[in-house]
Amino acid sequence: MTAIEVDGLVKTFGDTVALDRLDLTVHTGEVHGFLGPNGAGKSTTIRVLLGLLRKDSGRATLLGGDPWRDAVALHRRLAYVPGDVNLWPNLTGGEAIDLLGTLRGGLAEHRRRELVDLFDLDPGKRMRTYSKGNRQKVALISAFASDVELYVLDEPTSGLDPLMEAVFQDCVRDLRDAGRTVLLSSHILAEVEKLCDRVSIIRSGRTVESGSLTDLRHLTRTSISVETAAPPDGLAGLAGVHDVAVDGHRARLEVETERLPDVHRHLAGLGVRSLTSTPPTLEELFLRHYGDQPAGAR
Amino acid sequence: MSMTATGVLARLAVRRDRVRLTVWLLALAALVGSTASAIEGLYATPAAVAENAAIRASSVVARAFTGPATGGNVGALAVAEALVFTCVLAALMNVLTVVRHTRQNEELGRAELTGSTAVGRHAGLAAALLVAAVADVLLAGVCAVALLANGLPVAGSIAAGAAIGASGLAFAGITAVAAQVAEGARAAIGLASAALGLAYLLRAVGDATGETGPDGMTVTAAWPSWLSPIGWAQRFEPYGDQRWWPLALFGLFTAATLGLAGWLSAHRDVGTGMMPVRRGRTRATRSLRTPFGLAWRLQRGTLLGWLVGVAVFGLAFGGIGDQVDDLFGSEQSAELMRQLGGGGSLVDAYFAAMMGLMGVVVAGYTLQALLRLRGDETGGPAEIVLATAVSRTRWLVAHVLVALAGTVLVLFALGLGTGLAYGVVAGDLTAAVGDLLVTTVAQLAPTLVLAGFVVAVFGLVPRAAVALAWAAFAVCLVVGQFGALLELPEPLIDVSPFSHLPDLPAQALTAGPVAAMAGLSVLLLALGAVGYRRRNLTLH
Repeated sequence: MTAIEVDGLVKTFGDTVALDRLDLTVHTGEVHGFLGPNGAGKSTTIRVLLGLLRKDSGRATLLGGDPWRDAVALHRRLAYVPGDVNLWPNLTGGEAIDLLGTLRGGLAEHRRRELVDLFDLDPGKRMRTYSKGNRQKVALISAFASDVELYVLDEPTSGLDPLMEAVFQDCVRDLRDAGRTVLLSSHILAEVEKLCDRVSIIRSGRTVESGSLTDLRHLTRTSISVETAAPPDGLAGLAGVHDVAVDGHRARLEVETERLPDVHRHLAGLGVRSLTSTPPTLEELFLRHYGDQPAGAR
Repeated sequence: MSMTATGVLARLAVRRDRVRLTVWLLALAALVGSTASAIEGLYATPAAVAENAAIRASSVVARAFTGPATGGNVGALAVAEALVFTCVLAALMNVLTVVRHTRQNEELGRAELTGSTAVGRHAGLAAALLVAAVADVLLAGVCAVALLANGLPVAGSIAAGAAIGASGLAFAGITAVAAQVAEGARAAIGLASAALGLAYLLRAVGDATGETGPDGMTVTAAWPSWLSPIGWAQRFEPYGDQRWWPLALFGLFTAATLGLAGWLSAHRDVGTGMMPVRRGRTRATRSLRTPFGLAWRLQRGTLLGWLVGVAVFGLAFGGIGDQVDDLFGSEQSAELMRQLGGGGSLVDAYFAAMMGLMGVVVAGYTLQALLRLRGDETGGPAEIVLATAVSRTRWLVAHVLVALAGTVLVLFALGLGTGLAYGVVAGDLTAAVGDLLVTTVAQLAPTLVLAGFVVAVFGLVPRAAVALAWAAFAVCLVVGQFGALLELPEPLIDVSPFSHLPDLPAQALTAGPVAAMAGLSVLLLALGAVGYRRRNLTLH
């Protein structure tokens, strides 16, 4: 069963090619990460899937229907959270939650109460007085309180503090446990790694990678910055280690994720004084894998 | 330094507003210039000029609406006709400009971004005021040139330009204060506009209750005028006694408001005002939970303002209805009135002219309400709403219905206010209310055509919709107000749907034009709806 099936989707705005034969498959019941740098075409894809934009060519199916023709019927079965939540400045957050939920087809009352508490939102304040994070919460609460099959979330955590990000992640896990489908667009790899079963990575309107996270492990490298008791020699010779820079007792290097155990063993032998490791950002990943190649090999 | 980078921000503001402000300046200069040339054409002899000035001085309504002439010459009549109106528009230009570059920047998060760079605390406000001040100086210049181009005396033209520019500047100062106090950008515009309305009203009372001079043409305004910057602008008396001391008054006032605004701005946080924010409901009422209920909720505040406004105007128009024969009794002004309001008795022509003009003005509400659709689409809630089970058609219909229902209410309030007041002074309440209700509500027909046009451009050419809508409105207003006076060619006058309505109540209402207009508007609405359903949303 597939919830979303996109095949060779093309969308242009004047001279700009926003989507260039994009493919995307989301199975029913999975949390699917939709990754790409800013401007890659994530929001455009989502807007075509929601029938807000008209596709130029290609095939797009959502919950078995045509996103443009069957928009209203399909929208009853999904909830959408845009990346930039701009609602009515003089309505309160509570009013906006109820309004959006009702327009979608109804809210689960107990869930709404629960979520307002969980996200720690003051629903009596007017939208104009909310920060970006709080506006985001309004859209998230209204979406999560809707009992639907598919949740389309476009960079939903931008603006949320880490505590609220954790609440958000719990909510998404609950949805997966309940068998719902989630399309989660993001440019934060760590978030996607925590939540998603499968991911699609797009760049310049094209799908460049798609598969389970384990399939995509080869794409990820961890940056390590280390200070050792003994001079950090022999690192460059290890398999899966790249870009080593040594400065006295300090070293910086990049390690392919599946080679991390070997590198740790080697470093332990040198006597580690301090060590920080950071997962690569998606942008770094793109630069390394696709930076020398023109967009979409056009 | 609290002013650091003011210059950079001011250049940015000029870059953003170069078209907007240019249009404002040219439009106001054109208004002033065309009024002067129309007056020159209408009153050919010095005797006719003097007679008209005397009529204006003796008419309470003319004094209240536009102010008296400043003497018995063409320039003085042009001042009487255009000065107050132009000052109001100049003030409005400043209100919108200052809010746009202060609170609107804060609301959209731009001020936060620029404020985090090497930009002083007061730089945003200072830049907005600097741009407004430069625009006001230029405005004074172009208005003076427009008057000079009509062959009017140099000193008077400069004084008139200075009066217009100075009242603009005074309202830049008032808006600067309002922008510190109000809850948000819209509220700041509302607050400053309320001050503008009050300023207009104070000088209207001052002029209406003033003392007519020994020449019978000039009027010394009563004390309320002294409380109003527009009243001060009139004290320049261009082409009359010609005084320059109001400049000092404006200078002092502007300095005081700027000082106050600067002090207030140091005592508030970015993005918030000084007035406490009210808490609201934590749950949506049942009636809010539909597109129609939502559209109504979003419109009702604006609508209430319009209802009160037109009712007050109506009472004023109607209340002097029984004096029309005295006020416009002279051959020329009666002729003028008939040109505007059609044949029949002078009273009927008066109401036809006034209600015809107000009908176009009320269409401004209709446009404002309809264009909310466009505002909601670009960076507004339309994206998330249209991703719910609300179809585009339903969303569009809800907004159009609320806009049109609101228009009917406003027209009704206008007719009722005018009819009641005229009925009381003329002693026949039923007939007056009935006639004037028919007169005003009939304006719905041409308004529908304009509304249809707006929906059509919204559906077919969304990016140009706002500009096209207001351009169409301006055409209707200019054609309606000046068409007959300026002797514009017939085909041009016919462009405005408002020209096709019979001059009620002077003429009888006929079914033909009304049916044609209704049919055309349905066609345009349908065209817009189909276009909207078929097109991409133009989201940010």
